[in-house]
Amino acid sequence: MATQPVGPVPDTTDVAVRARGLRVVRGGRRGVVVLDGLDLSVPAGCVVGLLGPSGSGKTTLMRAVVGVQAEVTGEVTVLGLPAGHARLRDRVAYVTQQPSVYADLSVEQNLTYLARLVGASSDDVARSLEAVELGALARRRVGVLSGGERSRVLLAAALLGRPELLVLDEPTVGLDPVLRRDLWDLFAHLASEGASLLVSSHVMDEARRCDHLLLLRDGRLLADEPVPALLARTSAPDVESAFLALVEDAPARAGRPPGGRTGEGAR
Amino acid sequence: MTARRTLATTVRVLQQIRNDPRTVGILVGLPCLLLWLVAWMFDGTPVLDTFGPLLVGLFPLIVMFLVTSVTTLRERQSGTLERLMAGPVGKGDVVVGYALAFGLVAVLQALVVVGFTVLVLGMEVAGALWVVVLVAVLDAVLGTALGLAASSVARTEFQAVQLMPVVIFPQLVTCGLLMPRDQMPAVLEAISRALPLTYGMEALQQLAAGADFTEVRGAVGVVVLFIAGALALGATTLHRRTP
Repeated sequence: MATQPVGPVPDTTDVAVRARGLRVVRGGRRGVVVLDGLDLSVPAGCVVGLLGPSGSGKTTLMRAVVGVQAEVTGEVTVLGLPAGHARLRDRVAYVTQQPSVYADLSVEQNLTYLARLVGASSDDVARSLEAVELGALARRRVGVLSGGERSRVLLAAALLGRPELLVLDEPTVGLDPVLRRDLWDLFAHLASEGASLLVSSHVMDEARRCDHLLLLRDGRLLADEPVPALLARTSAPDVESAFLALVEDAPARAGRPPGGRTGEGAR
Repeated sequence: MTARRTLATTVRVLQQIRNDPRTVGILVGLPCLLLWLVAWMFDGTPVLDTFGPLLVGLFPLIVMFLVTSVTTLRERQSGTLERLMAGPVGKGDVVVGYALAFGLVAVLQALVVVGFTVLVLGMEVAGALWVVVLVAVLDAVLGTALGLAASSVARTEFQAVQLMPVVIFPQLVTCGLLMPRDQMPAVLEAISRALPLTYGMEALQQLAAGADFTEVRGAVGVVVLFIAGALALGATTLHRRTP
C-alpha cells in the first residue's frame, strides 16, 4: 500500500525534520503548553502521517516546523537548517487548514500570483492544476468554490515551486473518497520523486497510506515509527487500536487539566 | 525584496480591485458627488476655488485609508498573509506592492476628480493644476501607508473602520482647514507640525492662492517622507512568526 522511496534521496540527509525538546506555549502570559518537549524525526523522501485527535497539537507542530509559530523553545532542524531559516522559504511548502487563498480572485489568478513569488512558470501553474484535478475550474472565482475545492487550490499552490518538504495540514478533509484516494496516490508519487511530506489527519484510517507515523495526543508523542513497527509493538490489528493501546499504556499526565486543550484550528 | 515579487503583488491587488467594480465606482464617484454638493451649496461664491483643491486632496486620504486598512486586516485574518510570510516574499514586497497598486488607483481617482471639478463644476485653481493632482495622489498613497500600519492594531473589521476617526480626525482638526495654523494655541500648532496631513493641506492652500511647484516643493517633500516612514512602519507590523 505504502510507497517506499525509490533509490537514495539526493542532496538532503536522510532526515527531513528533526526536533529536540520542542516546546510551544500559546496564548500569551497565561498561555497553555501545546507541545511539551517533543523529540521526533521525520524521515526524508517518504509520506509521514501526523495523526491525532482534534486539539492534540498537530497544527502547532506543523507551524513550528514551517517556522511561523512564535514562542517555540527547543531545537527544530528542517532540511539541515533551523526551522524558519530564510533559505528554507522556497524549499518548504505549507498548506494551512484555513482556506488561505484570495476569494475574490480566480483559481488561475491565485496560482499565477503565487507562482511569480516562488519563480515558477505558467507551465508549473498548469501542471499543479492538473495534479489536483482543478483544470476545469481554473477560471472560476475561488469565493464560489466548495471547501474541498478551495483546499485543492492551496495544495496546487504548494506544488508550484517543486518544494523538497511539503507540510500539509488536513489536506483531505471533506473530500469525496475517490478524490481522497487520488490525493494520497499523488503524495506517494511526490515522495517517490524524492520529496518529503508531513501530512496531518485526524482520520486514523488514513494512516494506511503513510510510510511513517507520528501519533500525537495532548501535546505528547505516542509513536514515531513506521506503520508495521507500530502494529507489531502494540500487537494491534490497525492504527486506531494501536492508538487506543498506547493511550491506555501512557501514564496519566500531571499538571494538565483534561479540558485544557487549545483549539488547534484557531489560526 | 525583489522587483518581480513586488510587481506580482501589485498586479494581484489590482486584479482584486478590478474584480470589485462597485468599490472602484465608490472610490472615484463619491468624491465627485461630494464636490458637486459643495459647488452647488456655494454657487456664485469663490468657495469652490478656495476649498475645492483642499477637498480634492482630503477625500482620497480618507477613502484610501479605509480601503487599505480593511483589505490588509482581511489578509491578516484569512491566513493569506501568514502563508505569504511562510514563503520567500519579503515584507517590503507586500508593503510596496500594496502602495503601488493603491497609488495607481489614486492616480485614476485624482485625475477623474480634478477633471470633473475643473471641467464640469468650473473650479478655477490659481496655482499649478498638475501639482494639485500630484498632492492628491500623494495624499492617497499616504492614506494607504497609514492604513497598512494601522491595520496591525485592529482585531476585527469593526475596529479597523473605527481607526479612521482615530488616525484621521485629529489631523483634520489641526491641519489648518478649520482655523489658520498661526492662530492656533502654540501646543496645537506644534502638534499639527508633527502630523502629515498638515503639509498636504498647506501645499493645496498655497496652490489655491496661486503658488507654483517651487513654492510648495518643501511641503510636498515632507509628505513623501511621511509616506516612506509609514510604509516602513507598516513593514514592521508584518511578522514571520505569529502566536
